[in-house]
Amino acid sequence: MVHGELWTVKELFVLPNEYIYWSIQIVMYPFMTGLVAGAFVLSSLYHVFGIKQLKNMARFSLVFSFALLPVAMMPLMLHLQQPQRGIEVLMTPHFTSAIAAFGIVFSTYGLIVASELWFVYRKHFVKTALSLRRKADKNPLDQVKHLFFSALTLGAYDVSGAALHQDEKAVKILAGIGIPVACFLHGYAGFIFGSVKANALWMTPLMPVIFIMSAVVSGIALCMLTYIVVMEIKKFNVRRAQSSSSNLPTSEAIKGIELNEIRITARYLLFFLLFAISLELLDLIFRGYTAVKTWDILRSVIYGKDFTDIFILQYGVGNLLPLILFLWPRLTIRRALVGVIFVLFGVFMMRWNVVIGGQSFSLTFAGYMHYHLPIIPRNWETFKEGLAGALMVAATPFILFWLFCKILPVFSQDSEELH
Amino acid sequence: MKGHVWRPLYAVICLVVLVLAARYFMVPKDFGIYERGYMYGFHRKSAEDYWKTFKVKYQFNTDYCRDCHAEKYSIMQTPHAIIHCENCHGPVLDHPTDPEKLSVDKKRELCLRCHLPLSYPTSGRANIRGVDPITHNPGIECSACHNPHMPSLEAMK
Amino acid sequence: MISRRSFLKNAIKGVAGLSIPLSIIGIAGPRKLFALNNVTAGVRWAFLINTYKCVGCGLCVKACKTENEIPYDANVTRTWIERYVHLKDGRVFADTPKGGRDGFTTSKIDLGEGRYQDIDEKDIDKAFFVPKLCNQCENPPCVQVCPVGATFQASDGVVLIDRSWCIGCGYCIMACPYGVRFFHPVLQVAEKCNFCYHRINKGLKPACVDACPFGARMIGNIKDPEDPVTKVIMAERVNVLKSEYGTKPQAYYIGMDEEVR
Repeated sequence: MVHGELWTVKELFVLPNEYIYWSIQIVMYPFMTGLVAGAFVLSSLYHVFGIKQLKNMARFSLVFSFALLPVAMMPLMLHLQQPQRGIEVLMTPHFTSAIAAFGIVFSTYGLIVASELWFVYRKHFVKTALSLRRKADKNPLDQVKHLFFSALTLGAYDVSGAALHQDEKAVKILAGIGIPVACFLHGYAGFIFGSVKANALWMTPLMPVIFIMSAVVSGIALCMLTYIVVMEIKKFNVRRAQSSSSNLPTSEAIKGIELNEIRITARYLLFFLLFAISLELLDLIFRGYTAVKTWDILRSVIYGKDFTDIFILQYGVGNLLPLILFLWPRLTIRRALVGVIFVLFGVFMMRWNVVIGGQSFSLTFAGYMHYHLPIIPRNWETFKEGLAGALMVAATPFILFWLFCKILPVFSQDSEELH
Repeated sequence: MKGHVWRPLYAVICLVVLVLAARYFMVPKDFGIYERGYMYGFHRKSAEDYWKTFKVKYQFNTDYCRDCHAEKYSIMQTPHAIIHCENCHGPVLDHPTDPEKLSVDKKRELCLRCHLPLSYPTSGRANIRGVDPITHNPGIECSACHNPHMPSLEAMK
Repeated sequence: MISRRSFLKNAIKGVAGLSIPLSIIGIAGPRKLFALNNVTAGVRWAFLINTYKCVGCGLCVKACKTENEIPYDANVTRTWIERYVHLKDGRVFADTPKGGRDGFTTSKIDLGEGRYQDIDEKDIDKAFFVPKLCNQCENPPCVQVCPVGATFQASDGVVLIDRSWCIGCGYCIMACPYGVRFFHPVLQVAEKCNFCYHRINKGLKPACVDACPFGARMIGNIKDPEDPVTKVIMAERVNVLKSEYGTKPQAYYIGMDEEVR
């Protein structure tokens, strides 16, 4: 069977070779890179611009953006027909293609985030390595851990005040470089779509900017969501342990910090959300006003076939509802939780409407294609380009984050541990 | 800055060197920029030869069949002369060695490709004589009555 | 100071050097290509399609699939035929069932999803068939977007695919405004018409050109002024598909209609 035939239904006049070739994984790809870029921008707000209130969130979002990073590549690998050749993007990059930049930009960005993490957590690596070295009777696990942490120190054991100060400076510089690179990483994902002149819906110079804005929105929302979940777990643990030890922070104290942090972050979320919506509406209005040749088919898709996806799910549930939830005075954690879930859903729907919506009409401008997401994985193709594959991609960053939390003191309250 | 600050950079340089080394071994030697420049000519040269040496299946040579099948060339005096033998008899490939015998397509649908009447103005289709396949001897191969090599209705009698 | 000046000098030289290949890319219109003949004698393949002659028999599609080893029953094809039917009430119907592989053996229009439109002969204003194939654009967007250099333009203008280098990302399929590209159902790499590159390099004509009983399809070297195809393109009114994309397609059509996209 031809790739794409399985989930494409054609209506009216569609060319024989046209199918929905870019399916769910290409929806996941800008969604995931958006989360990476957004999480990083959030952490940089603290590191570069010194927004002190975001300190807890910043540490956490940096680690989270690193956990998201390998996942940004996953959907691409899953959608390639020849994934074993994926490395060629690094071997023979053809820079006239927006995708060729992927290997370079992605690795540059990954290395920046990794270096920044190294500087932030270097003291922890050194301490752990040294304490393991001092340990008299090491079991095999300790030995492995010792080797691992010694390697992580890269041989730099100097943790004097002056050295640590230098680390701080380095973090600031890296975070500063990281912002444009993160925006570029995601902006060019927008460019991949925006520069396809054959596709009437995609082709707009606004696409990269829209992508960056919604990326920041989704990244902040995901960080808030995870932060809330983690804090709730913490509160739960504290309440359980309260009886045995008295010098732990109380659950009320945690809640106070949490609410403060959430309220401030929510303000940034709102700002970027409004910006993203304005740009998207501008694009829509502009298309309707200029009404070039392709507008007839686009209109029938936007206001007809995809009306529910675009106006109810994306703009209604994904943008309008959270706006109301966040703008309503006296934001509570529960309301913020509901709000960020809607925001994340809205951004996902925006990616969906761009990627799938852009392929839902024919190059003849006289036919439509309908996408049916494969739910039950019957074979490898329906697994990787179906619901299962998408869920796998969505779940991976949380597993990675959990692993990183085993290595790094992400939620440590001990401010001495970190800068 | 103190030396330790550059440690991650050294790690990065090691990585880049690794990739470049891998590139040296992985990229075919004939990969380069050819006639149409970097934008359109960036490719593996030997890929052109792959297509140049692709196997030819159809000869579509009017004289190819004549040596053995000269008697069939009466078709050249009929309106069907414009149709190459292989359109109905299948691709020659290496016939007569491989395959020994070609499989001729005798289905009604083959004839209907042209002879289903569609009176489309501005299209050559309107000028071809046709039959309604639903009423015209359904189920019977056209060649049962008509000789495709001598298609004129006058010749039927 | 001197080193900076020499650096600037080199930079200017570099930019100037880069702009030379850009100026080569600028050459595209048939007349310019024709004029180039005196400078660089050679071959530039171009296709000429006469839509008045096409009867929609589909023998070209059938031959193409066999010749180029595209699985016969797979619903993709390197070349296909479209049917356009304009009715007196202004409605336009178009279809391409199975790419026209089995010809058009019914007057009903295929609307997809198993629905068909009955057409009364008397309502037809104009109706015709349009064969489509790769335009071998002078500025091929598919080549521009290939991230690994797996598709490229040969010196004779034909866009080819390196089957052993394609990663199967599908970006070229998205970039083509003509929908000529698809994934090969067996090899799972990008695939498209290449004017039967193996045939034209052996002095044969593409399978679809030879298979056409009506001479609706022609191929020629647009750099050769004596070539019959070149003569038609130069001397008659011909059109190309979707010129607004700046792709400079090299498949020329006689009897083109606005509805054909």
